[in-house]
Amino acid sequence: MYDAVIIGGGVTGCMIARELSRYDIKVILLEKEEDVACGTSKANSAVIHAGFDAKPGTWKAKMNVRGNVLFPGICDELDVPYINNGSLVVAVEDGEIKILEKLLNQGRVNGVPGLEIIGHDELMKMEPNLNTKVKAALYAPTAGIVCPYEFTIALAENAAINGVEFRFNSPVIEIAAEDGGFIVKTPHDFVKTRFVINAAGLFSDEISKMAGAEEYTITPRKGEYLIFDKKFGSLIKKVIFPTPSEISKGILVCPTVDGNIFIGPNSNDIRDKTDVGVTREGIEEIIEGGKKLVPELPLSGVITSFAGLRAVSNTNDFIIEASRKVKGFVNVGGIQSPGFTSAPAIAETVIEILKEEGMDLREKPGFVPTRPRKYRFREMDNLTRQKLIEENPAFGHVICRCETVTEAEIVDAIRRPLGAKSLDGIKRRTRAGMGRCQGGFCSSRVLSILARELKIDPLQVTKCGPGSEILKGGYKEFIAEKDMDEYLNTVEVESLSWKGGATNAL
Amino acid sequence: MSDKKNVTCIICPVGCRIEVEIENGNILNLSGYRCRRSLQYVKDEVTSPKRILTTTVRLKAKGAHVLPVRTRAPIPKSLLKEAMKELKSVSVAIPVKMGDVVLKDVAGTGVDVVASRSWTE
Amino acid sequence: MLYKDLVIIGGGPAGLAAALEAAEQGVKDVMIVERDSGLGGILQQCIHNGFGLHVFKEELTGPEYAQRFIDRLDNAGIEVLLDTMVIEITPDKRIFAVNSEKGVLEIQAKAVILAMGCRERTRGALNIPGFRPAGIFTAGTAQRYVNIEGYMPGKEVVILGSGDIGLIMARRFTLEGARVKCVLEIMPYSNGLTRNVVQCLEDYGIPLRLSHTVIDIHGKKRVEGVTVAKVDENLKPILSTAEFISCDTLLLSVGLIPENELTKMTGADFDANTQGPMVNQRMETSCEGIFACGNVLHVHDLVDFVTMEAKFAARGAAQYLKEKDGPCRKMSVIAGEGLRYVLPHAVGVEKMLDEKQNFFMRSIKPMKKARLSIQSENGTIKTRMLSYVKPSEMINIELNKSEISKAAGHLKFILQEEGASDER
Repeated sequence: MYDAVIIGGGVTGCMIARELSRYDIKVILLEKEEDVACGTSKANSAVIHAGFDAKPGTWKAKMNVRGNVLFPGICDELDVPYINNGSLVVAVEDGEIKILEKLLNQGRVNGVPGLEIIGHDELMKMEPNLNTKVKAALYAPTAGIVCPYEFTIALAENAAINGVEFRFNSPVIEIAAEDGGFIVKTPHDFVKTRFVINAAGLFSDEISKMAGAEEYTITPRKGEYLIFDKKFGSLIKKVIFPTPSEISKGILVCPTVDGNIFIGPNSNDIRDKTDVGVTREGIEEIIEGGKKLVPELPLSGVITSFAGLRAVSNTNDFIIEASRKVKGFVNVGGIQSPGFTSAPAIAETVIEILKEEGMDLREKPGFVPTRPRKYRFREMDNLTRQKLIEENPAFGHVICRCETVTEAEIVDAIRRPLGAKSLDGIKRRTRAGMGRCQGGFCSSRVLSILARELKIDPLQVTKCGPGSEILKGGYKEFIAEKDMDEYLNTVEVESLSWKGGATNAL
Repeated sequence: MSDKKNVTCIICPVGCRIEVEIENGNILNLSGYRCRRSLQYVKDEVTSPKRILTTTVRLKAKGAHVLPVRTRAPIPKSLLKEAMKELKSVSVAIPVKMGDVVLKDVAGTGVDVVASRSWTE
Repeated sequence: MLYKDLVIIGGGPAGLAAALEAAEQGVKDVMIVERDSGLGGILQQCIHNGFGLHVFKEELTGPEYAQRFIDRLDNAGIEVLLDTMVIEITPDKRIFAVNSEKGVLEIQAKAVILAMGCRERTRGALNIPGFRPAGIFTAGTAQRYVNIEGYMPGKEVVILGSGDIGLIMARRFTLEGARVKCVLEIMPYSNGLTRNVVQCLEDYGIPLRLSHTVIDIHGKKRVEGVTVAKVDENLKPILSTAEFISCDTLLLSVGLIPENELTKMTGADFDANTQGPMVNQRMETSCEGIFACGNVLHVHDLVDFVTMEAKFAARGAAQYLKEKDGPCRKMSVIAGEGLRYVLPHAVGVEKMLDEKQNFFMRSIKPMKKARLSIQSENGTIKTRMLSYVKPSEMINIELNKSEISKAAGHLKFILQEEGASDER
């Protein structure tokens, strides 16, 4: 019998898991994917917002401001890079200055420290590559950036060390009440628990309904992004927002903690909760949006694009509450922006709710606030590198050359608590494959290391869990399977016609 | 009955598309060529097209999986399939030197398949 | 700290040829630093034939071409560091590298030849919409899986881009029993060598669809298919022509990018068109004593030209080590109308290695007949008629020392299409 089941291994679920691991209770987290941070938490703007966007009194406002205060300390404890670079909401038109003033006042009511409106000249000094037409900006010195999957993984690792169980590839398919508690079923097995915490992100509405708790709806709102090569990393320093609209903070231009720049997201409501496909129109939209803020975007330096889905509830605010219909069921739904920033505050709130609902929470001795040492070879000085290679020669074997990731770091990523099981798992833990060549060079090497460490056949290695195997066939497996005669006769093809004209644009 | 075939000459970058009329394996007519070098190429292409086959065979060595190999000379295009099938079961032990024969007389062509690199450990 | 006369970064075709030539020129203390576990670079996975027609007057496979150089290294007394990755180079030619055996190595070189090659352009650079499932590979990555690791990354394949590696892989996949459904090329002409289009596609009946591109990728876990469409003259997809093709694999063969992260650390000047450093007649970058050759400088179509260029770089380095020369009068070289770039970017006439100087260049579009003229401030130096130029096939022209000496101010290369022929 568990004291609590957390459904969902995103930042919200993992933050709650980490905070619950301080107490002397039995907790399990169920995740439908093969790793944590596989949904909204891996594909968002990764901004630790200051907290002036949300209307005073809303969950969003309260959680954001408190989360912003808590964030640096948690990152420090868990050795997660966090940069407090501040944000700017930029007014390009005169009419937008009014909105900046409104945001300034709203921020002050919310309790955001240090907000000020700065004029054109100071702004251009801060960010010389901004659109020279900018009139003014709202400067928020408390905003920052973090790597969203690294943060989520760190929380999960820490929770695991402190005794939280994690079960992957385990979508919840049924929740039944029993003996004042629940039986939570997955396709393979079931768990019994007193409390259920629903942190299922895009699917939290379905989970709530499954349990017979309050009904609400989650609409996926797609946001698309483009990431630029690190060589353009000095283009801007702060998080640059446009003046926001009613539904979104708009398309921003933003640095990442790893030294890249990204643009995005746009904001489109869709139906399919699994549709993370990037669209042609979307790419055009974010380029146009990005150019409004920074006209000289180095578009030839894009290294990849991706899309993420925000979980937007019909209440348009976070839903953080114990069910009034089903005792012991807690909803944590609709956690869209500023959900990432809010995670620490949401976890605090959930713990208060659990206490009120009668969970016996006693702090346990021996809680470890840190996680096993993380090695980042690319950031070390040569003396440290030398020492590490002497201890473990695998540090001298660079596997990912774009991001300078060594074999030792990849092996560590696999052997850590909740270690990587796939190429994406390695990528999110080490950055191998995230550089400008996007795994062109290292993916086959990483695949071999995964097969060796996990003691599986290379054919079983996946990109991101079952069904995403990288290789299709073994050595000469397809020969003789089909008749090759059919293609050995020369067939007419339109191929060598001389049509000059268009210049080479690629 | 004569047959018409199009052949792209690859002797030079011009890449002439040459139309060939054949009857019983004999060339009746050629059009679209610009130089003599094309002529021999097209004749061979139409009557007995040949290709060098390059592929891999199994290599029994630590840290290596396959060994690149080639036919020493071009073999008939029609026998490429047979050659690939034959090579499927070939495996080579180290040390191997570039030029070593890994399979004699592949697909009855009289042409040997040789290693295209050396491997000592 | 190690001290070396000449350190060559990269042990692929460029690095190998440069090392051997330098030794032949009498440079004593030559070291190759290679990050892979063997020499030969990408040639080892290019198991097809077609290499060496210019240099060896015979058709070799990639590994054979590499082996010819590797076999000569021992006798030449060249030191090779394998599994060693250079992580930093300073403008005063200090090199930091790591390997498992020695840890961090610090090497002070008197001269350096950069021969790091290039990498493949990825999907991100193309902004192809759709999901990001398993089953999308660059052609070179797939080539490594098949030819080095011995695995098949796909069974039903669509190839985007008609670059040579893509064409070669179309044949390779087919011979290994996979099915290549088509090769798509966004331009109205192939980007690969004619020979490859004929022997890799036409031989196997694989359609090459010009003016086509991928506009969507389907499949959440693994590629399930792609939507392709014809493009208009501005390369914009014509949506009414969209068509679904089922496949489990999408190969990208959409270009190569010189790998110059290390070069940038030297502060050398760059050419935005080649994406490589600017060099003079002896392949020396603007950073004195640092030379570059091969695909790190500009992407080549034939390895033979890489070898030739590497020899120039090695002779340049030998000259530099011997003479410790100061600056000489330099003539700048300009790529004018019709040309994407011309190499080298400058010529110091007094320091020319030979009586003749090779110039490498690429056209911006295919031309059936074109007039190449080389001009300076005091008029035209030389003209030459060329037939069938293509952006994918490099143009190579020699100028005599006397011709260059005649020029004033600069050498400007111009390629003009001559009266469009009426054959088509």
